[in-house]
Amino acid sequence: MSKFPELTSGSRPIAVVSFAQAKAVRADIAHNEVEMLLPVFGELFAKAGITKDDLNFICSGSTDYLIGGPFSFVMALDAIGVWPPKPESHVEMDAAWALYEAWVTMQEPGKDVSLVYGFGKSSLASDLGKVLALQMDPYTMAPLWPDPTSVAALQARALLDAGLATEEDFAEVAARNRRNALKNPYAQVARDDDLATLMAEAYVASPLRRHCLPPITDGCSALILVAGERAYDFSDNPAWITGIDHRMETHALGARDLTQSPSTERAAVEAGVAKGGLDLAEIYAPYAHQELILAKALGLGADTQINPSGGALAANAIMSAGLTRIGEAATRIMSGEAKRAVAHASAGPVLQQNLVAVLEGAR
Amino acid sequence: MSEAREPVTMLSTPIHLDYHFVAGDSQSKTLQGYLEGKFIGQRCEVCGKVYVPSRGSCPTDGAPAREVVELPNTGTMTTYCVVNVPFAGQNVEIPYICGQILLDGSNISFMGLIQEIPASEVRMGMRVEAVWVPEEELTPSLASVRYFRPTGEPDADYDSYKEYL
Repeated sequence: MSKFPELTSGSRPIAVVSFAQAKAVRADIAHNEVEMLLPVFGELFAKAGITKDDLNFICSGSTDYLIGGPFSFVMALDAIGVWPPKPESHVEMDAAWALYEAWVTMQEPGKDVSLVYGFGKSSLASDLGKVLALQMDPYTMAPLWPDPTSVAALQARALLDAGLATEEDFAEVAARNRRNALKNPYAQVARDDDLATLMAEAYVASPLRRHCLPPITDGCSALILVAGERAYDFSDNPAWITGIDHRMETHALGARDLTQSPSTERAAVEAGVAKGGLDLAEIYAPYAHQELILAKALGLGADTQINPSGGALAANAIMSAGLTRIGEAATRIMSGEAKRAVAHASAGPVLQQNLVAVLEGAR
Repeated sequence: MSEAREPVTMLSTPIHLDYHFVAGDSQSKTLQGYLEGKFIGQRCEVCGKVYVPSRGSCPTDGAPAREVVELPNTGTMTTYCVVNVPFAGQNVEIPYICGQILLDGSNISFMGLIQEIPASEVRMGMRVEAVWVPEEELTPSLASVRYFRPTGEPDADYDSYKEYL
């Protein structure tokens, strides 16, 4: 058997060899961001038998709008220790896009080992909805302070109106994710609910009930990427990224068909999702109905398990939840539980930007 | 359509966001120290450097800095600037001196107000000590230190603080 699976994207095989995450909590009032990241990096490096001196590149995803202070990503480097100096970069996006930057950087031989991480404490904002409203167009939308749940409710309503889903479908998605989360020690919301109980909940923003919403989460996650044969120095069965692509749609909500995700469809084609069977999919769908849109856009069949981790309905650490989807999929490849998986991340209002990665084991 | 309108060239969209601040376990130790009129730092378990305020890790090694170290009231002013510009909210008479203070036994400097010395006499390497507010006015912030003033000791040797400018 070949050491590397066939690549759809890029010319250099690059694999996830280690993944670690913090336990998702509603509010971590005992630790600052550095203290939240330190034990996660410790576990991440120990799992792969790696030290910071092995790193050729570091890339993170976070936003100062969550902490309410400038240059929080620079302070977070205190948790790594960057002496002697390392090439380092940051994206003001979910860390799945930091992974993309690292993947591009690593196409160059010599850039062999990268650390990618994301972190965010959504509990710090007095009103998280107001903070997230600021990612909208600053002239015509943000001044109206549209909170993400209200905008997601418009999308869910459009789905219902188009006859593409029912409110019971939303509840089924939520129930399945939170049932899966019972097996995820890092999840925040994990329970076994029956549909009747969920359907009896009051609307938060019609047609969304409480179970359709993600929890507010403090958390972080991190992974190590290694290029080429060296990946086998750190993992017996690395999770190779055979395809990766990201696309975005217009910021003008009214110009989009919110019932579809054409950017995900296109990214899935570019990443080669349909080139083989999929054992599992980790999808970043913070609102229950979005999983229905994304599963269709990714072309998932009934034989693909969706979100064995419980997904974003079980833990939604903004800025790392997308990277966590890749990490959760990679973990199951490395353990041999899955042979081929797709991971998806989203950023921006109601799935504006989407990233799709295909992960495969060679053994 | 009725009459033509002038194009919009500017709009004002006021933004105000409120946040909680989480100091964290390590920085809380330093802040609690101010409440008792003490400087509290933490030592890196790899290189032994002492950081005040501590953020819980050594930025050089990325290793935890857990050992709590109480630092003395004295230190060296490694470098400084003289502030001559008045600004809104200023509560100190100009000209005044902003100095970088390296407390004895620590390995990182922080900014402090220097008083009880004319601006023309201030110099790098000057030995200083903290003057705290009265006990009943102590708060968990650096505002508990009113200012630093010269101790009158001979200036520190340049080599002793050249790494901390």
